[in-house]
Amino acid sequence: MVNKLIKEDTKMFLTGNEVLAYAANSAEAEFMYGYPITPQNEIMHTWCKLLPKTGAGFLQTEDEISAGFSTIGGILAGKRAFTATAGPGNVIMQDAQSMAEMMRIPFVCAVMQRGGPSTATVIYAQQETRLTCFGGNGEGFRIVYSTAGHQDLYDYMIKAFNTAWKYRFPTYVLADGYQGKMREPVLLYDPASRGIKMVPTTKALLGEGEIGKDRKSAHLRNTYNMEEELMEVLEGYKADYEKISEEIAEWEEYKADDAEILIIAHGIVARSARTAIDELREQGIKAGLFRPITIRPLAVKPLRAAVSRAKQILFTESANGQLAQMVLEKLYGLTTPYSTLFKMGVGVTGDDIVNKVKSMAVAV
Amino acid sequence: MAEILTLPPNLPDAQNAEVGASKFCPGCGHGITLKALAKAIDELGIKQKTVFGCDIGCSLLAWNYMDLDTVQTHHGRTTPVIYGFTRANPEAIGIAYMGDGGGLAIGAQHLVNATVRGERMMIVVVNNTNYGMTGGQMSPTTMPGQKTETTPYGRDCSVTGKPAKAAEMVAAIADPQKSFVARSSVSNMMKLKQTFVKALKNVQNGGFSFVEVLSICPLNWRTNNVDTFGRLAQMEEFFEVKEFLTPEEEGKC
Amino acid sequence: MSRTKIVLAGEGGQGVQSIAKILVEAGYEAGKQVLYIPNFGVEQRGGVSIAFCQIADEKIGEPRFAKGNIIIMLSDRAIDRCTTYVDENSTVVYDTSVCTKKPEVKCKEIIGVDANRIANEQLSARVFNIIILGVLLEATKVLELSDIKNAMEKALGKKFDAKPELRELNYKALEMGMGLINAKVEA
Repeated sequence: MVNKLIKEDTKMFLTGNEVLAYAANSAEAEFMYGYPITPQNEIMHTWCKLLPKTGAGFLQTEDEISAGFSTIGGILAGKRAFTATAGPGNVIMQDAQSMAEMMRIPFVCAVMQRGGPSTATVIYAQQETRLTCFGGNGEGFRIVYSTAGHQDLYDYMIKAFNTAWKYRFPTYVLADGYQGKMREPVLLYDPASRGIKMVPTTKALLGEGEIGKDRKSAHLRNTYNMEEELMEVLEGYKADYEKISEEIAEWEEYKADDAEILIIAHGIVARSARTAIDELREQGIKAGLFRPITIRPLAVKPLRAAVSRAKQILFTESANGQLAQMVLEKLYGLTTPYSTLFKMGVGVTGDDIVNKVKSMAVAV
Repeated sequence: MAEILTLPPNLPDAQNAEVGASKFCPGCGHGITLKALAKAIDELGIKQKTVFGCDIGCSLLAWNYMDLDTVQTHHGRTTPVIYGFTRANPEAIGIAYMGDGGGLAIGAQHLVNATVRGERMMIVVVNNTNYGMTGGQMSPTTMPGQKTETTPYGRDCSVTGKPAKAAEMVAAIADPQKSFVARSSVSNMMKLKQTFVKALKNVQNGGFSFVEVLSICPLNWRTNNVDTFGRLAQMEEFFEVKEFLTPEEEGKC
Repeated sequence: MSRTKIVLAGEGGQGVQSIAKILVEAGYEAGKQVLYIPNFGVEQRGGVSIAFCQIADEKIGEPRFAKGNIIIMLSDRAIDRCTTYVDENSTVVYDTSVCTKKPEVKCKEIIGVDANRIANEQLSARVFNIIILGVLLEATKVLELSDIKNAMEKALGKKFDAKPELRELNYKALEMGMGLINAKVEA
């Protein structure tokens, strides 16, 4: 057991990376495995600084491949373990993430997106959206929460552990370098005070009972001999995933009820959209926001309903439409016209969105 | 009527009787190695606290071969899974079992760093001088002049460099105070078992152990029984069979 | 106006991020909504260092903004890099004793201050950034001097207690910075 540091509601002024470390502690996370990469480093720094007080564990590994796989090792030992990465680290960690996906390991990872492809920038982007949702040589049986600021980081990091351990799909907090590095006020709390109970962990290996007496030895694998054998397993996963999708899908709407122009954005860009919407409304343009919080799985029904109500859609991202691709697939059959404002690896400002929406309004 | 005499197979307790005698190719060295390992585990009585990890390559066939809690991982990634486990559960005896490709090529960084950090675990690299499962390609330990699918005219060391010597490398970077490093061979199963016993005892004492096992691959080598062991004898000349680091004898750890 | 958008840019080592932190910390303690993003290039040392700060009365939406109300440029490279954040409503402040050129921008006003020279000649090179903080405080007028002093005590209090003359030096730098902008505006 670890010591939880946040025992009562505490307002703090922190960077997002610090918030994530506190959130993991509040979620009773016991072990972090990690490798340095900007802009996630301060999650590790904070976690390590707090170790004497929390009594948790940490291992700095030789690379992100190892960080991913040793996290899996820790989870198999029954620990509420996690890792964090970004950019090229997220790329090479896909090796471990696909194993977690195949073996239904409650893997928890915070992704602090930076510019891509390749080394690109250490600053910010939304270019790991597709990678985080669908990376690896699999089908994307993963759960991804896209956060839009520090309160989200705290709330959803705690939630990610419970989602992972309850449903046994790899679960991500998808944030970015802005959120990791920026400072803003946040309210930290003990999850118990909000009625949140942490889902108990279980040991996949060396669990209760004696081998040969109380139980058989556990043989966990990710390899299959037959095509059909594999498909049967994956069909089971798919059915599980589809069954829970509606239950875990989350979204947020802002002035979307009467919106003529509906902005679809996730993460921190959705915040810029809010700023823009307020300004546009002042100018008499009815703009609104649909923000998927789970970008995998998507909240399909509310999404389609919001899009159906609007006259036009605007997709805006700090990427070349990675979310838009996923969303458009779910909008099949609807004929609402759409425009795009994609800034690859660059922050989208409220002004950017205001100008774009105004040009769309004129076009109508 | 003749009576058929049936005897139960003489399997170590730590080996999974349900699998049968062997799932490896006829003549493969994995069966000998795993049996020696299982006997060592029996001797030490550590079955209930051992976690066994196997790699990709022929070693993956060991995923249900042992009557041990087992996880089969990805190519080269058994080492981090196992030290991730033992870091989280320091009571466990972790074994990472892999081939020469998993240990010395695709997973080399994990071998190097687990050694340097002195992870509390035993790494076993079964060296049969080729990638067996994928059809017999050159590996880091392929012998000079050895024919493989990717060196069909024999390994030319002027192009590929010389064979990697795992035990020597590990011994050079391991902490001599707490590391056991040895090279053994399937040519002498009892000695191999004893090597595993020493290695596992060192892990029990909180140390890091590395055992390279010289092994055989008659299918990919395309050798008959005599030639197979003839080649193993050549390997034993090239790769010195000995204990490189033995903390116990120095009364350490 | 309920939201003040500030861009602070200089060379790595000029202490830009340190004063940005003091500024937003002061805002936070004063009960304002604040948001601060440090922005480095790939090189975490020695490059242009930019701090984006916002201080507002209401909850802040966008973390990055297109145009700032106050843009502080402390080197030639900072001028090149930050011209994009300037529009007709911006106030631009640059250091005449570091920069070899004047920012060529269309804006509300351009203010040149020679903080670097004053720091070197009258105080200490170490408090150059604190002079700039004083300039910023006076140029934005969204926070009180006492807010900044409290935040400085929080950030540097231990150092101050060990060496009380440091406190005096820093406060003096802060006040000189504030005076600097008043003098310029009147001129």
